[in-house]
Amino acid sequence: MSTDLETTTPRSYASYTRPVWWRLLLSREAAVVAALVAVILWAIYFVPFFGNQLTMTFLLLDVAPIMLIALPMTLVIVTGEIDLSVASVVGLSSVLLGSLVDHGWAVPAAMLVALLAGLLCGLINGFLVAYVGLPSLAVTIGTLALFRGIAVGLLGTKAVTDFPQRWTSLAKAEIGGTGFPVIVVPFLVLALFFALLLQYSAFGRGVYDIGLNAEAAQFAGVSVARTKLVLFVMTSLVSAFAGIYFTLRFSSSRGDNATGLELQVIAAVLLGGVSIFGGRGKLPGVIAGVLLIGVLSSALRLQGTTVNVINIIIGVLLIASVMSTSVLAWFSDLTARRHNRGRNQSGPTTLAPAGVGNPKEVDR
Amino acid sequence: MSDLREKDHHVSDRTDHGLVSATDQLVAPSRMSPGQRAFNTVVRSREFSILLVLLFVVAAATLSSHSFLFGGNGWRDLLLTPSILLLLAIGEAVVIISRNVDLSVGSVLGVTAYLTGRLFIDVPGIPIVVVVLAGLLAGALLGLVNGLLVGFGKVPALVITLGTLYIYRGVVLTWAGSNRINASDMPSSFGDLGTASLVTIPVLFLVALLVLLVVGYYLQTARGGREVYAIGSDPAAAVLYGLRVRRRVISAFVLSGALAGLAGVVFAARYGSVSSSAGTGIELQAVAAVVIGGVAIFGGSGTVWGAAIGAMLLVTINRALPTVGIPDFWQQALVGALILGAIVLDRVLATRRARRLVEARDEEPGEPVPTAGATA
Repeated sequence: MSTDLETTTPRSYASYTRPVWWRLLLSREAAVVAALVAVILWAIYFVPFFGNQLTMTFLLLDVAPIMLIALPMTLVIVTGEIDLSVASVVGLSSVLLGSLVDHGWAVPAAMLVALLAGLLCGLINGFLVAYVGLPSLAVTIGTLALFRGIAVGLLGTKAVTDFPQRWTSLAKAEIGGTGFPVIVVPFLVLALFFALLLQYSAFGRGVYDIGLNAEAAQFAGVSVARTKLVLFVMTSLVSAFAGIYFTLRFSSSRGDNATGLELQVIAAVLLGGVSIFGGRGKLPGVIAGVLLIGVLSSALRLQGTTVNVINIIIGVLLIASVMSTSVLAWFSDLTARRHNRGRNQSGPTTLAPAGVGNPKEVDR
Repeated sequence: MSDLREKDHHVSDRTDHGLVSATDQLVAPSRMSPGQRAFNTVVRSREFSILLVLLFVVAAATLSSHSFLFGGNGWRDLLLTPSILLLLAIGEAVVIISRNVDLSVGSVLGVTAYLTGRLFIDVPGIPIVVVVLAGLLAGALLGLVNGLLVGFGKVPALVITLGTLYIYRGVVLTWAGSNRINASDMPSSFGDLGTASLVTIPVLFLVALLVLLVVGYYLQTARGGREVYAIGSDPAAAVLYGLRVRRRVISAFVLSGALAGLAGVVFAARYGSVSSSAGTGIELQAVAAVVIGGVAIFGGSGTVWGAAIGAMLLVTINRALPTVGIPDFWQQALVGALILGAIVLDRVLATRRARRLVEARDEEPGEPVPTAGATA
């Protein structure tokens, strides 16, 4: 920091001297997209039946809940917070939908209640994090247990499997004969919405500001607390929607639906190049990250690999993707020193990981 | 905010005039006798209030059903059931105090629980001590992997241990497949350990208690233990002070892994049957126990005593719910509410303490305060 003040040259970002296409090519997102393309090509050529239309349909059907939740989760992680309660919101909304339909409610009305419950869950998370100032990691571990507990408590070991045919087939329907399931439409709408929100709105730029330095963002006029509240509400709302989809797709409403999904969502988001320290990350990378996990597990399953190995691969990918940043930083540090540029790029050491935050920073 | 700034101003005024600064007053020696002080420390501590809640839960459950405490296995189960979570919570507490988190303990437990059974099957006649040591060692090794990745990768422990949670579970799933270790596969002397008692206290609980005493004493008194607190309250300051942060963090993860490994052996002894899903999801319970026990999630404060009582409380509530007439499906919801309550309480207490310190600084007796009217 102090070296910045001493230099007399106007401050500029080294990478911005290069043309746009060069910068895009070297970005973290490009690496994920390249990996995705490579895996798809490998799968098409070497995995039997992967090129089928049916495979793609099922891949998209399976990966849809993760994809949907990953969108708002990206924004939450960019602010330096984290939401571990999403899978429990999925479970709660699934149970509400199921038990209300079981009591003779119409499906749209039950859906509305499920979405409202999601809204409420988000308000609880957001209020505790943004206005009470509690670390989101602790809050959402608590609400993970709370929301899941309510879901399990409401339904016990029962399962509701009787849903109107019209709705369950809608969840699995394809658009025309293209092989794309209907769930792609709401996903695209939401993806467009969140991408525009994050990249082209004052609110979205504020999200990055908060992630880089919440205090500075506050002084720059970003309403930190309100932004966080809105993000947590949006995350839970989308999770509730994913819960509705999940229920109808499998025609099953159980208390333990989608247990552990939060880890897959977070793994996908981090794989997509979002920094766990906040302030960095883009949606295209995240979508590629989700698809990468989806394609990989689908291809491996077609090859006869068991779920266990896929678990290991997801874990290794997650660690490798976050480690690559520090390994790259270490390398560029090394070359910088060799070229005697004398710039310390090893990154700040005081950054707190997502959801833990700095207790002093939280104090307002 | 403006209030604060004015107070700072006063302090600097006074030091300018060569007067004593306000902080001298705050660290004045207590006028109470050592015994009184110790009593006050214990009674006012966070751990004591959780202990009261625990006693209350036990009392309430015993009142509604006599057998909860006095029935055939009541007393034994009260101590025996929490033993596994107790071990996990001790290790997790040390890691969280160092401002990290270990989400992989459930998977480590799964690996070593299966390893325990496998050893008994593959190496007939193997002594139990060797199996326990193998479990400890395997856990420590997995913890070392976590520690090295966190220590050298400059990546938050949350992400690393989330990854190793997947990997270790994948390893045990691949290794075990759909195999199951049954009680008949293990020597009966090992199975007896799970139910054996010493003066009505189960042996497994004594093991957990011993670990608790050693780790608690070390954290409280040893230099290494105090350094863990220093690292947790401000990692950057700890580096500047010359503490070997990386080494301490790695050791914390090794300890957590080793205790999870021991918990895996205890799991096998207690339940007699081990499948590949042993310990799935228990990591959240461990974190919950630690948080309920008063260890701040951002490190630097709390004790393993509290974490241990938190673990006892969690398990006891779980067992008490059916006796007081609440279906145990609601147990998880209650755990969630408890975690939220614990962290909100932490917040309220911290705010109150900060306010009291500010007030104490202001109400310094015998000092002429130039503009007292403005702050009042």
